[in-house]
Order: sequence, then structure tokens, then C-alpha cells
Amino acid sequence: MINFTQEAGFGLRRRKRAEARFQWAGRGAILISLAFLVIMFASIIGNGAGVIWQSQIAVTVDLSAEEIDPENIGDASFNSLVKKGLRDAFPEVEKRKEKKRLYGLVSTEAAFEVERQIQANPELLGGMQTLWVTASDDADLYISGQVDTDLPEVKRRVSDAEIAMLDKLLEEGLARETFNRGFFTNGDSREPEIAGILSSLMGSALTLLVCFALSFPLGIGAAIYLEEFAPKNRMSDLIEVNINNLAAVPSIVFGLLGLSIFLGYMGLPRSTPLVGGMVLALMTLPTIIIASRAALRSVPPSFKEAALALGATPVQAIFHHVLPVAMPGMLTGAIVGMAQALGETAPLLMIGMVAFIVDVPTSVLEPATALPVQIFLWADAPERAFTEKTAAAIIVLLTFLILMNLIAILLRRKLETRF
Amino acid sequence: MDQTLIQTPVADANFVGQPATPTPPEKVSEMEQSFIQARKANVFYGEKQALFDINLDIEEKRVTALIGPSGCGKSTFLRAINRMNDLIPICRFDGNLTIAGQEIYDPAVDVVALRAQVGMVFQKPNPFPKSIFENVAYGLKIHGMTSSKTEMADRVEWSLKSAGLWDEVHDRLDQPGNSLSGGQQQRLCIARTVAVAPKVILMDEPCSALDPIATAKVEDLIDSLRKDYTIVIVTHSMQQAARISQRTAFFHLGKLIEVGATKDVFTNPREEQTQNYITGRIG
Ligand SMILES: Nc1ncnc2c1ncn2[C@@H]1O[C@H](COP(=O)(O)OP(=O)(O)OP(=O)(O)O)[C@@H](O)[C@H]1O
Ligand SMILES: [Mg+2]
Repeated sequence: MINFTQEAGFGLRRRKRAEARFQWAGRGAILISLAFLVIMFASIIGNGAGVIWQSQIAVTVDLSAEEIDPENIGDASFNSLVKKGLRDAFPEVEKRKEKKRLYGLVSTEAAFEVERQIQANPELLGGMQTLWVTASDDADLYISGQVDTDLPEVKRRVSDAEIAMLDKLLEEGLARETFNRGFFTNGDSREPEIAGILSSLMGSALTLLVCFALSFPLGIGAAIYLEEFAPKNRMSDLIEVNINNLAAVPSIVFGLLGLSIFLGYMGLPRSTPLVGGMVLALMTLPTIIIASRAALRSVPPSFKEAALALGATPVQAIFHHVLPVAMPGMLTGAIVGMAQALGETAPLLMIGMVAFIVDVPTSVLEPATALPVQIFLWADAPERAFTEKTAAAIIVLLTFLILMNLIAILLRRKLETRF
Repeated sequence: MDQTLIQTPVADANFVGQPATPTPPEKVSEMEQSFIQARKANVFYGEKQALFDINLDIEEKRVTALIGPSGCGKSTFLRAINRMNDLIPICRFDGNLTIAGQEIYDPAVDVVALRAQVGMVFQKPNPFPKSIFENVAYGLKIHGMTSSKTEMADRVEWSLKSAGLWDEVHDRLDQPGNSLSGGQQQRLCIARTVAVAPKVILMDEPCSALDPIATAKVEDLIDSLRKDYTIVIVTHSMQQAARISQRTAFFHLGKLIEVGATKDVFTNPREEQTQNYITGRIG
């Protein structure tokens, strides 16, 4: 009788068990890595989500003509106006030290915010006005419920007196949480409550722009030449090996190269997206060349042959028929390279893009910093409120990285469906 | 439509990539020789020799079939005629190969000019990943053969009609070339080749990827193209060679065994090897 079951011998039971063991090991590995991913995302999002909200405090300021000359708004002392407003709200506060605490409830930026509101809306002038200003980072911690009041006072950033004042403001509806636009529209600042990511985001964008403009044409040109024209001999083998090695060189080495050549020898301006982009271009070039060569190689040779047999020159055959087909693959490689460059910190530190930049850069020749460097700077800052900013900046960076990789995947899909 | 594109006299064949120079007087005597002439043609792939001392005459405006068992060098010889072998770095040609009296392995010959006048159709249909119209117009564009849009459209229409494809595709010229059936794609490739008015069309097993009906259509097409073009076709089908060719050359192990009128080669071969091959004893 024939037996087609597991009992048929052939060591089937043992082979089946080995198979199952391997599959479970694989599943376990995936599970562990997924768990780490989830923990990482949860902790980052948990830390950074608070950035969406920002605390504001309402201050009633005297905007009558005695205090502010309507013809000459900028001359007024908004700082003392805000302080006076705060004193009026808490008339019981008298001691110097307590007054200082009171003033510390609002951001040092509050005076400028009042001035800006008036500049934008001069009708406010002429009497008492209640204006919302940004709360200080410590006040924000309490208002957003991040202060553990059970702790002894000395272990808290916010003292009992401050808490009493904030409680009163909250009760009277003079403190609130609003959407934090400033995080996306402000530059960096020493004050966490008004520090934003726009300056570093722009710095990153400009740097990547330079990087792409340099590395994409250069990389594609090199790839086309190496793949289609270069004679296959020892020299081209050597170049090939070196390009592959270059792709594995630590990025800080490229930073040192940029420091000595672009800054030291060529004398280009320090800390600028121009130099940052050039350094990152050096770094992404091998990635782009390797990906582009793979894309070129995947194009069926029959297109090129057909064009050559019609009397096209080799360059025509490649530019008219091979390149259009290889382009999505090349772009995919370039985007992956750009995503790498976006997350790169070390080479930018070497060329001085680690500066404290408040102004949003508008050209590649202005000093700038980049998102990952900003994260590094904030993570290093002593103020407790910067932890939240750090996590939020990481979320922004990850969002851009995921977006770029998504575009790369979509492009590759498109390439695959073309044949 | 520019008539000169189609009817270029034989003596004008010019592969040097420069304007045709006046025919030297001694050319007249060479008119006697056949259109394509191979003399002691040897082809090597690196150390390995693929063709041995081939002496073959191919007549103008005839269909010449190259037959022989696999690996005997038919494709190698065909690709030597438009120098596609140059693309293989290890491939080397030795000997003489003239077209209309011009040595095509002469250093002055520009392969681009040669290939513009010696077209090729491949075994597997390989339309460009572009529209049907673009496929046919491509050669016209790169050679600057037409001076206006309408002239180009006329020329494309003429080419598609020559390839017997116009009626099937005239209402969808903007669709991709690879949306056609295999047989239609192969005729599109033929249309693309005739569009640039070559003197010679080389075909390497053009029907091997097609079904019998599509094959019949392509065979009819080849027969109708005979009056304007010199055609060299490689085929594995003895019946096909008998149906469409006027002359047949039999290759074996890199040597040319026999060449003659197709009728004679098939009914009354001079060589025993040919006899064995056409009766199916080798191959
Ligand atoms: N690119 C190449 N490199 C090295 N040798 C080659 C190459 N192409 C062909 N050859 C060799 O040259 C000889 C002739 O090949 P060729 O392709 O001309 O044969 P064929 O007659 O066309 O065969 P088939 O009928 O199978 O197409 C074969 O021995 C083959 O191995
Ligand atoms: Mg062949």
C-alpha cells in the first residue's frame, strides 16, 4: 500500500520540525523589531505631541495716548507695559522676588508680541486692551499639566507661588492653550516657548536643493558613461571598486574633506547651505551612481540595438530610448540618497552648520542649520521644555524621510508597470 | 512626400557620413559585381572563430535566405553586413565585405551612415516604448529626413502601408507600440526600418516569435518589399526559405557550404551536407 502522509518515512517528521522552527524564528525576529519600532514611535510621539499646543496668558495693557504715541509706536516701552499689566492683575504681589516670578509667567518675547499685535492692528490703541501673549516655558509646563504638584516644591521647576498665580489666571479664563503656529513659523530661539523649526527646515531644504542640483546630474552622467561608454578594462574595474567603497565611507570623513577643500582651500562661506549641499553631494554621489547604473542595466538592450540598427548614434540611442526607461529608477536612487542626506548630521557639524540660527535663511549663502543639527542642539539644551521640541523636530524629520521613501516606492511601482 | 527618399540609385550608396562624391570612372566596371559581396570573410569572437573564409554574393532586389543548423554563424554573418557585431567588444572581422562596390570595413566608413542604409529587423519584435507613430517617425527624425510635420506624417503613413499595417493601426497611432500583437509589432518594426529607405534590409528569424497567421502576413510583406529592397533573411524554416527567397545560402559550422537559386538548393543540392540538412538528418 502506498502512503502519502507524513508517516511515509523519508525523515519527514524531522524535516517538518526544522521547517517550522525556522519559520517561527523568523516570525519572532520580525516581532521583536516591530516592538522596538512601536516603542520608539510611541515614545517620540508621546514626548513631542505636546508641541501642538501652546499656552497663552491674557494681559490687560494700557494703550492710551500717555503710554504710546500713535505716531511713533516703536518708541513705547512695551516691556514695562506688559509688566504693569501683570502687576495690575495681581495687586497683592509686592515683594521684588515675587514680582520677578510674576513677570516670569510670560515669555520674554511677550513685549514684542504686544508690539506686533498693535502694529498689525492700530485700532487697538487708545485705552485698556486685553491681549494674549505667549506663556513662559515653565508656565506652559504647568498649564499643560506636566507638573507633578505632589512633589516637594524644591524638586519642581514651578514654585507654589507661581502655581497659585497660574491657578487664578486659569480660573478667570486668562490662561489658555492654543494651536502652536509658532513652532512651524519661527526660527530657533534661546526661549523654548518661541523656538520653532522653520529656520532649520529651510536650511535643510536649501542644503538638499544644492545637494540634488549637484549630485543628480553628476551621478547620472557618471553612471551613463561608466555603464554605456567606458571601455571594460582594469581601469574601469578600479573605478567601480572605488565607487562602491566610497559609498561605505563614514560621512564625517566627507565633512572633513569639505572643511579642508571647500572652506580651507576654496574659501567658500562657512555654515552655509551651499557648502553643506556640496559636502552632502559628495556623500550621495556614490549612492546615485550605483542606483543609476543598476537602473540602466535593467533596460532591455533590445531598445538600444533597435535604435543603433536604425542609424542612431550611441548617444542618441541612450538619450532617446535607454534614459527615459531608466529615469524612474534613477530618480528613486536619487531620492533615497537625498533621504540619507536629509538625516545626516556629522558632516554638517564639520563645516559649521551647527550655529545658533534665529533668522530663516532665504539663500544658499546665508548661515543656516539643518533639521538633524537642530535636533542635536535642542537635545543638548538644559531647559526642560526643549525635550518636547526635540521630539517634535524628530517627528518632523521622520515625516519628511517617510514621505521621501514613499515617493521612491511609488516611482519604482510606476517603473515596474511599464513593461 | 520626398520621392528621392525611396528611389536612391544603387551607385549612390555612400557610407562615409559625408555628401556623396562623384562616382570615380573605374566604378563602371564594378557594376558587374553583385550588390553585396563577401570575400574571405572571417569573424572571430575573441580566440574563437565563428566564420571561415566566407565568399558570398547577394544580388540586388532579391530575397536571400541564410539557412543552417543552430550556431553555424548565420546571425554572425548577417550582423557583419551592418556592422552590429562592432557592439560586441571581442568580435573581430577580417576579409572584405562590399556593398555596391564600397568596402564597409574601410576606416572611412561611418557605421551610422552604414546602418542608416542597411536596416535590420530582429528576431524578437522590439518596438520602442513609445507610440506607434513615434516608432516609425524616429528614424526620420534622427536623420532629418523630413522638413515638415505633414511630410513626416505622410512618410509614416507610407511606411505603415508598405508594411501592410496601416489599415490595422491608422486610428490609434498614438497608442504605445507594445500594445500591438506580436505579429503587428514585427510589422511595425519592419515599417520603422523601411521608413528611412534603406538599400538593404537584414532580418534575423523575423517570424520565429510569431504564430502561423502572423507569419504568413510577414512573409507576404517580405515578398512585396522585394521589388524595392535587397533582403537578407535568416530562417530556421525550410518551408519559409522555399516560399519567400530566390536564393539560398547554406551554412554549416561557420563555413558556407552551398549557395544558389532556392529551387536548385532545395530540389537538387550539390553538396551532401546540404542534402542531409534539408532532409532533416543534421541540424
Ligand atoms: N557574443 C558572442 N560571444 C562569443 N561567441 C559568440 C557570440 N555570439 C555568437 N557566438 C558564437 O558564434 C557562433 C555562431 O553564432 P551565431 O549566433 O551566428 O549562430 P546562428 O547560426 O545564428 O545560430 P542560431 O540559429 O541558433 O541563431 C556560435 O558558435 C556562437 O557560440
Ligand atoms: Mg541566430
